[in-house]
Amino acid sequence: MKTVGKIYSIFIYLCLYAPIVIMVLYSFNAVRSTSALSFDYASSKYEFGHWYAEAFQNEYALNALRNSLILALLSAIAATLLGTLAAYGLHHLKMRRIRSAITTVTNIPMMNPDIVTGISMMLLFATVFAIIRIGETGFATLLIAHITFNLPYVILSIMPRLRQMDKNLPEAALDLGCTPVKSFFLVQLPFLFPAILSGFIMAFTLSLDDYVISLFLSGPKFETLPVFIFGLARKSVPPTIYALSTLFLIMVLGLLVFSNIMQARMEKKNNIN
Amino acid sequence: MTSNPVSPVKKSPIRHFRLANLRSLGILTPHIVWCVIFIVVPLLFVLYYTFTDRNGAFTTDNLQFLGTPEILRCFGLSIVYALVATAVCLLLAYPLALAISKLKSNHQSLATLLLMLPMWVSFIIRTYTLKNIFNDNGIINQIIAMLGGGEVKFLGQSWLIILGMVYDFLPYMVMPIVTVLTGIDPKLNEAAEDLGYSPFRAFLHVTLPLSRAGIISGITMVFVPCVSTFYISSTLSGGTVTLIGDKIESAFLSNSNFQQGSAMSFVLMILILISILVMNKFGDKESEELLA
Repeated sequence: MKTVGKIYSIFIYLCLYAPIVIMVLYSFNAVRSTSALSFDYASSKYEFGHWYAEAFQNEYALNALRNSLILALLSAIAATLLGTLAAYGLHHLKMRRIRSAITTVTNIPMMNPDIVTGISMMLLFATVFAIIRIGETGFATLLIAHITFNLPYVILSIMPRLRQMDKNLPEAALDLGCTPVKSFFLVQLPFLFPAILSGFIMAFTLSLDDYVISLFLSGPKFETLPVFIFGLARKSVPPTIYALSTLFLIMVLGLLVFSNIMQARMEKKNNIN
Repeated sequence: MTSNPVSPVKKSPIRHFRLANLRSLGILTPHIVWCVIFIVVPLLFVLYYTFTDRNGAFTTDNLQFLGTPEILRCFGLSIVYALVATAVCLLLAYPLALAISKLKSNHQSLATLLLMLPMWVSFIIRTYTLKNIFNDNGIINQIIAMLGGGEVKFLGQSWLIILGMVYDFLPYMVMPIVTVLTGIDPKLNEAAEDLGYSPFRAFLHVTLPLSRAGIISGITMVFVPCVSTFYISSTLSGGTVTLIGDKIESAFLSNSNFQQGSAMSFVLMILILISILVMNKFGDKESEELLA
């Protein structure tokens, strides 16, 4: 039974990774079209690794990648700040009805299909821009949208940690002469930090990967990488994009390894404390 | 610190209770303002556009538009595709989740990490790669040609769209089930077996009911993106299958018919809300907490 389970798991993982491997193979394609796979470099006018070199010269793609990273970083920071504050307030709010009403509204972007979140915000901005007769979708609208859909995930990641916190911990700090603000920053915040960090990482990655919501809120002046790729994919995706995606995957892998090491260190530190 | 009698500042319990609540509400104010402006108001706009025409006058034309055979067909197809994809996901995911939950804890976190890793390649690229594999002159057809067979037309077949949905969203089904299965005390199963149940019956009567919360949250997490997708269907069908997501997307981005687009989104939202409520009925208290 156990071996059957193992063989089955390995089979599923192979299926999940096969297209990823093929994506990497395409990034080394010998012809410009990705409809067929070919490694016939002898009769090709491109040298091996040509698409990676081209990716680094493709100004539009690099610009879109930079936009994506900036947007992900800023929206994750803002969502983490707002979300931490909100989680703290929600945890201490004793009015149950109001608390559950706030939680329900916060979670709407998580439950709603992305396309509905996207078009609803597009309607809001379109109307506002029509009224004030100025403005267009772009960086600001994207940032607001990303913060909004990141919020529930940040709060969801911090709430359990708040519940775990010993109620006496902040009180002890107060008894020992801390002001409430000091107690928050010196005692409670360090305790919450691992959860805040994982909320931040989650927000960052969600923002980086989103394309449905971004599609409706990005403008000609500010496009994220997924939106840029989406525009290309309507016609044909050149191997350059596969090269870029491969590099992106490697980058994310690095980030993931880094965050895992950080978390492991944090847990170790907490155990010592 | 609300109900602590030895709080440094002595106040009557009731006043103290109110003060703490007021402070919490104060802390929550930025969040509440944000949510109202950027979550509630946009949804009110969807409602407004659903019931008005281009001049802003009240109309039910947009809802009547949903009754046309073409749109009804799109809704029907979306629901059927999403249901089938969700069912396939559940059947594939449960055994995998069971296997993962039986691993040692450090192997388990590696397994879940590997499971989520493909999700980091942009969803568009993953779907497009699937298209490349099944294209008329794609990898599978290249292999068939090498073996001496003729070209097979894969694009546009229903099962390919289902495959796309399952491939893109399978991890969403596996993860919550793994979480729930890991939390089940293995002693419960042992006890059932000690009391004479076969391993299969123990699974059926102990493990399966206890993992209901995970199954329900997995179903929701797969069904919602499947029923509203527009990219998978249009890419993998070569444009021959139009789902409701495709209709909404083109209403907003190509035809700029916000009114009809809003009506479709509004009904889609209601549909999903109802299915979540129905799912919650099947779930227990725990799953409601997960969803609420």
